[in-house]
Amino acid sequence: MRIAEGCNGKLYIRGVNKNLADIVIMISFSNTYLYLIPAFPLLGFVVNALLSMGAARRGKGFPEIISSVVACAMPTLSFGIALWAFCILKGLPENGVLQPEPLFSWISTSLIQIPFSFVFDHLSAVMVLVVTGVGSLIHYYSVGYMKGDVSYSRYLAYLNLFLFFMLLLVLGDNLLVLFVGWEGVGLCSYFLIGFWFTDAEKAKAGKKAFVVNRIGDFGFLVGLFYLVKTCVTQNTGEAPLYLSYSFLISHQEWFLPIATVMTLCFFVGATGKSAQIPLYIWLPDAMAGPTPVSALIHAATMVTAGIYMVARLFFLFHMAPLTLHIIALVGLATAVLAALIAITQYDIKKVLAYSTVSQLGYMFLALGVGAPQAALFHVVTHAFFKACLFLGAGSVIYAMHHEQDIRNMGGLFKKVPVTAFAFLVSTLAIAGIPPFAGFFSKDEILLNVYLHAPLWMYVTSLVAAGLTAFYMFRLFVYVFLGHERKTHNSHDHHEEHHSSQVPWIMDAPVAILGLLAILGGFLGVPEVLHGSNHFHHWLSFLTEGVEAHHVSHSLELTLMAVSTGWALLLSLTSLKLYSANLNWTAPLKNKFAPLYQLMQNKFYVDEVYTFLIVKPLLGISRVVLWKGADQKLIDGVLVHGWSGLSQFGAQALAFLQTGYLGHYLVLLTLGVVVLLVCLLGIF
Amino acid sequence: MITLYHYLALSAVLFGLGLVGLMIRRNLLIILMCIEVLLNSANLAFVAFARYYGQMDAHVVTFFVMAVAAAEAAVGLGILLVLYRHRQTVNAADWKVMGG
Amino acid sequence: MGEQFFFYIFAAITVVAILLMIINNNPIASAMCLVFAFFALSALYVLLHAPFVAIMQVLVYAGAIMVLFVFVIMMLRLRPEDLVVDRWNAKNLLLGGIGVFFVVVVIQVLRHIPLLAFQPVDPHFGSPEEVGRLIFGKYMIPFELISVTLLVALVGVVVLGKKEKS
Repeated sequence: MRIAEGCNGKLYIRGVNKNLADIVIMISFSNTYLYLIPAFPLLGFVVNALLSMGAARRGKGFPEIISSVVACAMPTLSFGIALWAFCILKGLPENGVLQPEPLFSWISTSLIQIPFSFVFDHLSAVMVLVVTGVGSLIHYYSVGYMKGDVSYSRYLAYLNLFLFFMLLLVLGDNLLVLFVGWEGVGLCSYFLIGFWFTDAEKAKAGKKAFVVNRIGDFGFLVGLFYLVKTCVTQNTGEAPLYLSYSFLISHQEWFLPIATVMTLCFFVGATGKSAQIPLYIWLPDAMAGPTPVSALIHAATMVTAGIYMVARLFFLFHMAPLTLHIIALVGLATAVLAALIAITQYDIKKVLAYSTVSQLGYMFLALGVGAPQAALFHVVTHAFFKACLFLGAGSVIYAMHHEQDIRNMGGLFKKVPVTAFAFLVSTLAIAGIPPFAGFFSKDEILLNVYLHAPLWMYVTSLVAAGLTAFYMFRLFVYVFLGHERKTHNSHDHHEEHHSSQVPWIMDAPVAILGLLAILGGFLGVPEVLHGSNHFHHWLSFLTEGVEAHHVSHSLELTLMAVSTGWALLLSLTSLKLYSANLNWTAPLKNKFAPLYQLMQNKFYVDEVYTFLIVKPLLGISRVVLWKGADQKLIDGVLVHGWSGLSQFGAQALAFLQTGYLGHYLVLLTLGVVVLLVCLLGIF
Repeated sequence: MITLYHYLALSAVLFGLGLVGLMIRRNLLIILMCIEVLLNSANLAFVAFARYYGQMDAHVVTFFVMAVAAAEAAVGLGILLVLYRHRQTVNAADWKVMGG
Repeated sequence: MGEQFFFYIFAAITVVAILLMIINNNPIASAMCLVFAFFALSALYVLLHAPFVAIMQVLVYAGAIMVLFVFVIMMLRLRPEDLVVDRWNAKNLLLGGIGVFFVVVVIQVLRHIPLLAFQPVDPHFGSPEEVGRLIFGKYMIPFELISVTLLVALVGVVVLGKKEKS
């Protein structure tokens, strides 16, 4: 038996199945509860912001426990409601959605009406669960990590605000609500990256993130304008346009002529948000923020916004094959570039940052070859293992009293066993070794690349996957294996207001995420391995109308074997080489010195940008806009000009006021004469 | 034949003379006297017009003008006296207190 | 015919007297010239069939105002060195030129207005009775206001003339 759509107030229990989600108890769930999902974090933000401002006024903070409880309860509650909604959604017939009434009418003109409303379909369900689930875990982790920080409440406030915006993004029913969330997460990432803004470098990193994001947003906006304009010109009826996703899907033929340009503009926005070439430069710098922030924003949620957006609008992208080609190429290039840089980095967070960029490249590659389900599957698994990696790194940093250089670490396996184990599991996952999570998602991507893209792209992506395995194990060996290299001189001056023991509240989320990294893959086990690929079917509506490729099982198994073998090979090689001698690359570094320099300095991309774009822009701003327009024109001509004119006029007139009676009389007479001549008009 | 025009021309000439005197002289007393000349030229014009139009209203106006002239002369001389008391001079060029 | 002769004589006297007044250095001499001019003007008024105004001119202007002037001049006890000498210089000539210009302008205007000769008037024109009739009839209120003006001027002059207590 199934449940009818619009479920209200029916008590229903289905037969017990091994899948827990099939047991549904509905006690008057109303679609309007969906609005609570972002409302809870918003409330958390307000409370914590007030606490933070009050603390600033008071001079000392409120008890941390208040902020912690409020801030952590909110995402947990949202997760609970999301889970509830998911269970109900699961019980609905194929392609059923939960659509509540619009909360309020946002824009309403005769041309366009855009209400503020949500839609909870399969895609948003996936995203909401990931965001709230992983987000909640990271909140709990933060309680331990940020303990004792001066601006504790402010941190939690921003974290909650971020969740609010991210949830708006994924729950929105139309592109405008998405855009509100889009901008909002960019703003929150600025807040959070530059959280310790008293350090100028960190503040700069926050600024860089925001500005680069903004450039992407501009592209997105242009696409949005294009879309709206097309809708308006194509609308023959008198009724105003609604512009919700369902509306866009049903009228997609309107966009056929402009599809390429519009989708390219949207993709520009995605490159900004999801750190692809050319706008990825902000993500490595964003490591200046606290590590839980990196985990939340730059592993699990914000950077996936671009992918979500492309997946959501995939029906548009499908009409523009050129854009899809470009997306695939950009994704692949980014994956390779970031992997090359990651091999040479010595900061634990930077390695993970470049790894994120690389994995995002994979996801875009998947989108580009027409497999949004694979991309989103990788989003989910990546959220699990990357968040686990980042939080693990955070625990390491915590235990090492904020040491981040991996050359100063080593032998931590015994010191932080839970972290080390979770890190190992996640490393195996990201390397793509079965049966861990990453294997299934990566493999699906590789399969699709093989099927729909030229062979050279498959080979390149395979190489990049190998590189991923290689540098991740390099990282693992450096940090956890071997003997301790930490010199007690470094960081002794750093206040050690906590012990080296990682508190349980930080270990627990890491452990949970590690577990998910092990089990997460089983969401999408392909048929060839006797699974039913739930994930793919759950999101199959994204490629409705596209004929599915039938793959022979043998081909699939072969490819799987190839990728697994390759990954295993490189992982073990890396493990062996680095365990034996950490500096085994020294002779290589000398032989290929220029190449090594290039890779270690991130291919000088930042420097190129600074030279080509930033410096000219600053130069023009200073010379033309500041000195020229502002100082000379506005201050000089418009302000001082007028005042100078009045002064001049006043002085000229004052010239006439001599104080001599005789002069006044002369002027009087002259005035009368002039008047007479003018009025009488003689001569 | 003396027409209205002659009288008006005379009135204009007298007015002009008064103006010139006003502008040229720096002795305050002379200046005050020139003002009287101005008023008188106006009076002459009035009376001429009265004769021309055959209406006596202008005579009344002339009467009033004379009264005003008297008042004005008195006040002007009073001011002159005050000024003289301060600086012992009747030279208009000596006073530039109000200059700017 | 006689009218024409008398007009020109008295007009000339007026103009010359005023000219002398302007040019004179001595204030008393100027005052005397002005009195002379007033007398000539008075004669002109008689020619214009305005006997009342003529009498008033003599009584008020020559008789009161100029007397006041002379009193003040004598009270000031100006020494020769106090007298202001205005020379013939470019500035003064220029100003004279402006005055001439002004007169020329006005006369040009007058030229273009067609003005006819005087019409004969009845014998009572300009007599005090008629003037009185007008003053106390039509122009009652201005008359009262003029008296107020004179009062105000009176008070003002008394205040101005008060010596400062020092």
